Amino acid sequence: MAVFVNGVIFEGVDTHAPDCWRIDAYMARGGYQALKKILEANMPQEDVIAEVKSSGLRGRGGAGFPTGLKWSFMPRSFPGDKYVVCNTDEGEPGTFKDRDILLYNPHALIEGMIIAGYAMGCKAGYNYIHGEIFEAYELFEEALDEARKAGFLGEKILGTDFSFDLFAHHGYGAYICGEETALLESLEGKKGQPRFKPPFPASFGLYGKPTTINNTESFASVPFIIRDGGQKFLEAGKPNNGGTKLFSISGHVNRPGNYEIPLGTPFATLLEMAGGMKDGKKLKAVIPGGSSAPVLPGDVMMGLTMDYDSISKAGSMLGSGAVIVMNEDVCMVKALERLAYFYHEESCGQCTPCREGTGWLYKVIHRIANGEGRPGDLELLDSVGNNMAGRTICALADAAVFPVRSFTKHFRNEFEYLIEHKKSLVDHKWC
Amino acid sequence: MLSAESLAKIDRELAKYPADQFRSAAMSALRIALTERRDTGATPAERCLNADVIEFVANYIGIPPVAAYEVATFYNMYDMKPVGKYKITVCTNLPCALQGGVNAAQYISGKLGIALGETSADGKYTLLEGECMGACGDAPVLLLNNHKMCSFMTPEAIDKKLAELE
Repeated sequence: MAVFVNGVIFEGVDTHAPDCWRIDAYMARGGYQALKKILEANMPQEDVIAEVKSSGLRGRGGAGFPTGLKWSFMPRSFPGDKYVVCNTDEGEPGTFKDRDILLYNPHALIEGMIIAGYAMGCKAGYNYIHGEIFEAYELFEEALDEARKAGFLGEKILGTDFSFDLFAHHGYGAYICGEETALLESLEGKKGQPRFKPPFPASFGLYGKPTTINNTESFASVPFIIRDGGQKFLEAGKPNNGGTKLFSISGHVNRPGNYEIPLGTPFATLLEMAGGMKDGKKLKAVIPGGSSAPVLPGDVMMGLTMDYDSISKAGSMLGSGAVIVMNEDVCMVKALERLAYFYHEESCGQCTPCREGTGWLYKVIHRIANGEGRPGDLELLDSVGNNMAGRTICALADAAVFPVRSFTKHFRNEFEYLIEHKKSLVDHKWC
Repeated sequence: MLSAESLAKIDRELAKYPADQFRSAAMSALRIALTERRDTGATPAERCLNADVIEFVANYIGIPPVAAYEVATFYNMYDMKPVGKYKITVCTNLPCALQGGVNAAQYISGKLGIALGETSADGKYTLLEGECMGACGDAPVLLLNNHKMCSFMTPEAIDKKLAELE
């Protein structure tokens, strides 16, 4: 389900119209004007990057790193090939926004990537798409064909000296490939295990060449920024949190779906847009930025605004903008058990602290959830977590530890009760 | 070992990558091989990948067999074990569970008379529990044969879908 409210990517997109994703519909909405503007004016590359910088756009995949700054890291005078890569390997539980971009407005992403290719002097790009959304991959390939036929991709685009081509590559079931260097390994046809950094992809990326990787939503925001100006995008959000953002709301709300709203919108407003709590139940907890973000109690959440700074000040992170809402019927030990299983299942196995640690976290939480917890288990979880976080090549270990720390901090009484009484404090119901 | 149609599809994938980077096409080439086997295999064992198919794909795209094997075994959507004619993967991760994912998995399990992870005795169905498919807003969701996503799978929707699978 897609519910779009007010934002730059889905402006004017009628998601109920079966052809809304096609190039004609996109161009009728003002699509490819930004690319034409750049090419007709022969705009200097650094001016394009400066415009993106001025928008305050921060990486929409989870880390929130300024997109324009990332683009400026690409070496200007590198003699060989350079690549631009899009990360549509959307597998962070709770996140489902990039799928809707591919299904309803893929040309915004294509145009954004062409502009990125122009700004950074790349000749080719790849979009790495989550294998589970295979139908979106097939549709994206069709959209690429449309763009190629219209002369926006290929040799000498619109009669200029700029040539750029773009291809789709699919994953096939590995959460870890959402990590950018694992994604590069996978794009090279290897198992998706993250690389040591440095070197960073801007100097040693795809096939060892300078590469910039951005999230789908980040690229799809670029045409608006170039067409209407970075300042306008910035003003749509709040300082240091420029623009509008897609929030994926799931869980116990009446209307789960994607909501594109200005950064800085109060959480209470977002919850209301999503139809409020299902069955009028009480809000218990919210994971505000995808399963790896620390959980926050419902009452804390009700006082926050949806932007990087507000959520971060409250001890969590905006992440990918995936908001998982839980009501009073959820046993927090059961909820954590399910997340712990996920990280155990998805650890790539490269680093010992993560490979072994995610297994230990799951086993201990599983036994607590099943009334077999032992005194000292919460300390054991702490100890295992401390031996994982920050001790591995990538952040998956940290992502596995954040939920454990935050669930056991904010809902400690439920864990203690279950360990002591061998039954849950809550009469647990998933839904 | 693969049809001309599948080989043509692999050729199109190869064209996406630089001439010295054919290894990049391993993922899609294995997917194409698996899809052909699923569509044409008569038994569960004929519907999954095996060492011979993997070696054939590797030779076709010009990479060492072990490089293709690495890909086939790392990514969990490549079926390396016998699989039913209809492989049903239900997401039971937290966001889906909050919207009926676990209930959907249990309902299908009861209806087909097989537990999660099992294949029915007649080789028709395999039921699996999956991790995040990036479609939590549509929960409960399931993947049919890896590529077809089925959204809002209430018991009624499941009944209807299973009735279509003959």
